[in-house]
Amino acid sequence: MSITITMPALSPTMTEGKLAKWFVKIGDAVSPGDVIAEIETDKATMEVEALDDGIITALNVAEGAEGIAVGTVIAALDGEDDDAPESPPEAKAPPPPATKEAPPQPAPQPTPSVAVEYDGEVAPLTIREALRDAMAEEMRRDDRVFLMGEEVAEYQGAYKVSQGLLDEFGAKRVIDTPITEMGFTGLGVGAAFAELRPIIEFMTFNFAMQAIDQIINSAAKTLYMSGGQMGCPIVFRGPNGAAARVGAQHSQCYASWYAHCPGLKVVAPWSAADAKGLLKSAIRDPNPVIFLENEVLYGQSFDVPTDPDWLVPIGKANILRTGSDVTITAFSIMVGKAMQAAEQLAEQGISAEVIDLRSLRPLDMETIIASVQKTNRFVSCEEGFPFAGIGAELSAQVLEAAFDWLDAPPVRVAGADVPMPYAANLEALALPQVETIITAVHEVTYQKGGE
Amino acid sequence: MAKPPKKSPKKPAAKSATKKAKKSIKRVPGRPPKNAAIARPDTDAMLGLYEEMLLIRRFEEKAGQLYGMGMIGGFCHLYIGQEAIVVGMQSIAKEGDSVITSYRDHGHMLACGMSADGVMAELTGRRDGYSKGKGGSMHMFSRDKNFYGGHGIVAAQVPIGLGLAFAHQYKEDGGVALTYFGDGAINQGQVYESFNMAALWNLPLVFIIENNQYGMGTSVSRAAAGRALADRGKAYGIPGMQVDGMNVLTVREAGAEAMAYCRAGKGPYILEMQTYRYRGHSMSDPAKYRTREEVDAMRKQRDPIDTLRELLASEGVENDKIKTIDAEVKAVVSKAADFAQASPEPDPAELWTDILIEGRAS
Ligand SMILES: Cc1ncc(C[n+]2csc(CCOP(=O)(O)OP(=O)(O)O)c2C)c(N)n1
Ligand SMILES: [Mg+2]
Repeated sequence: MSITITMPALSPTMTEGKLAKWFVKIGDAVSPGDVIAEIETDKATMEVEALDDGIITALNVAEGAEGIAVGTVIAALDGEDDDAPESPPEAKAPPPPATKEAPPQPAPQPTPSVAVEYDGEVAPLTIREALRDAMAEEMRRDDRVFLMGEEVAEYQGAYKVSQGLLDEFGAKRVIDTPITEMGFTGLGVGAAFAELRPIIEFMTFNFAMQAIDQIINSAAKTLYMSGGQMGCPIVFRGPNGAAARVGAQHSQCYASWYAHCPGLKVVAPWSAADAKGLLKSAIRDPNPVIFLENEVLYGQSFDVPTDPDWLVPIGKANILRTGSDVTITAFSIMVGKAMQAAEQLAEQGISAEVIDLRSLRPLDMETIIASVQKTNRFVSCEEGFPFAGIGAELSAQVLEAAFDWLDAPPVRVAGADVPMPYAANLEALALPQVETIITAVHEVTYQKGGE
Repeated sequence: MAKPPKKSPKKPAAKSATKKAKKSIKRVPGRPPKNAAIARPDTDAMLGLYEEMLLIRRFEEKAGQLYGMGMIGGFCHLYIGQEAIVVGMQSIAKEGDSVITSYRDHGHMLACGMSADGVMAELTGRRDGYSKGKGGSMHMFSRDKNFYGGHGIVAAQVPIGLGLAFAHQYKEDGGVALTYFGDGAINQGQVYESFNMAALWNLPLVFIIENNQYGMGTSVSRAAAGRALADRGKAYGIPGMQVDGMNVLTVREAGAEAMAYCRAGKGPYILEMQTYRYRGHSMSDPAKYRTREEVDAMRKQRDPIDTLRELLASEGVENDKIKTIDAEVKAVVSKAADFAQASPEPDPAELWTDILIEGRAS
């Protein structure tokens, strides 16, 4: 019986991959567990194992071929008939669950203009590379800077963000820790009190919950409690927010949690240029900075200034698109969705101004208020829960400062007020989509379709 | 029967965790207690153990296939290679004992008697899954089977297991809380907070460390200082034992001793199960931190299922009997996969249910 082997999905966010190497040729016998190919994904190079006994009868994809979609038939096997009461699952090849609302795919993003002041050279970089470059440049510049976290060194980062850093800077400055978040976070705080410049990576911010006491009670408050003596120059960074189908304990946006607390700075970039420029600023900052990344964005490319002295200041929002009918604010992954919404709204004759907040504390209210005074309508976007979220703060401040300019109550776009479900259809419903933003804009502009 | 706490563990166990991890291929001699608290199972019972281990193996292989086909999403951590531990332990647990573990939980659920259909349907995120599709691979539960999850935060299940043990003692129901966690989890602070309270209050709790030599890409020797992990309870007076976790019979003997100790009201017990995971940490694992030879050697020389199959053959069990079991297990798994793909997605209204319990004050 013939068994087809398809391009496997090897990670929650993988949609395609490169077939780097074949380890078998036609006619070879394989058994379960034998490595048949090596595949490069968005994150790593991985080995594909045979799942059945049999003889290879076809290799459908050439070695080195790129962009092979998950599910593409890559090889065929003449399977040993083992009087199994079952037909092989591959033969059925059912398509992935046909949900109408599939989880959001990382859509190709427009390349935004980089910071206004810059007119030098740019080069395309993925966010993953931009973050790595920012750390490498700052580590070259200042030997007090070190990187610590789980799997940051030998494994090159659980999401491959610290690729190459161990090689360049050695084990003294790129340090793998045991799985002990509370411990190594406290260590980072102590080292920062002692005037080193730690970058503490959380594999994801979900795990920073193990360490939130050290972040809030030690890192954020000690400068104040010591009457200004004990500064804490530290960066806490890692992916924040939902990835794809990883469930409630691994999908949450913590932006409002940290932004709530005096003594911290909180940034959440969207573009690779901002990721790089803000991370460099965060490392140089004398205060504790929470640096919120997003796993789904890691592989996206943007133009990034090549000048190693180019920084993005913490606390400045960026107007990505000017408009006159409505002000939309967003941060991190929601910026891409807000930009897509703005494009579709333009086709409907609605001119949206899109502001990438970039920094949540300090928050650039000046830019937001100026924009609302122009557009008279306000929509905030975030992926986190609505209750006491970033949008709640923004709305309150907009109402306080620009009440007389508003033509409609502000509307908050946010994630559903439920723990993140695993099922594909429910997850899509829990996450705010481009359409959700469009609906919100219709609401504040009293357009048909608004509620 | 139950023994008093002893200076644990002795020689081979007392070697450094570092050395042990390097020689992960080496057979770690279990230390079956001299007066085993449990008799060696008869042939039928051994066939039962074989069937249960095989069910987990085949179930996990199928889950891996479905993942590759996009039917399962997110993180999916397979238990292949570690089957002897949960099967051995649960085979001597009593009705009413409670179980809790990490995200590498499919095997534990099957060993607790949860249905392959329901577990697989949760993996595919469908409404007939144990959590109605809302939990996924890492988060399944069954009050009916006293299985308390399925937890995604490394080591967070350990103090929860402590709470289960507290409840057994409080209710005087004679139960033991079986708390499973990894060699990576052992370094988290909350494990030691749990050791202290468990010992302080003599709680009926077996801490089962599934030492599969790696926490993601980090070997035990790069993460754990000091002596054997089984020794980590020493300062609290908790007895510990290193066990060959690749042999279901050794696991049973050690488990029986530990559970008897707990049931006698003497407090907690630590079992360090020496084991190995054959597959990547989750489905996305570049596997550059260990050699293929290391994995292959483990599979070929120490496989718990092969070992038991050979033992059964040497005791005269006919090959046909084994083949029948193999076919039955395959059918169960195949049916579960079909069931899990046929089950519909959850109703969209489910998004808003189960957040709080409404109107049931007592
Ligand atoms: C608090 C926390 N930190 C990090 C992670 C990411 N993570 C998931 S599993 C894992 C490795 C755990 O290894 P181990 O305890 O040995 O269990 P195994 O996976 O080997 O079964 C890590 C670091 C997490 N889930 N929770
Ligand atoms: Mg482990």
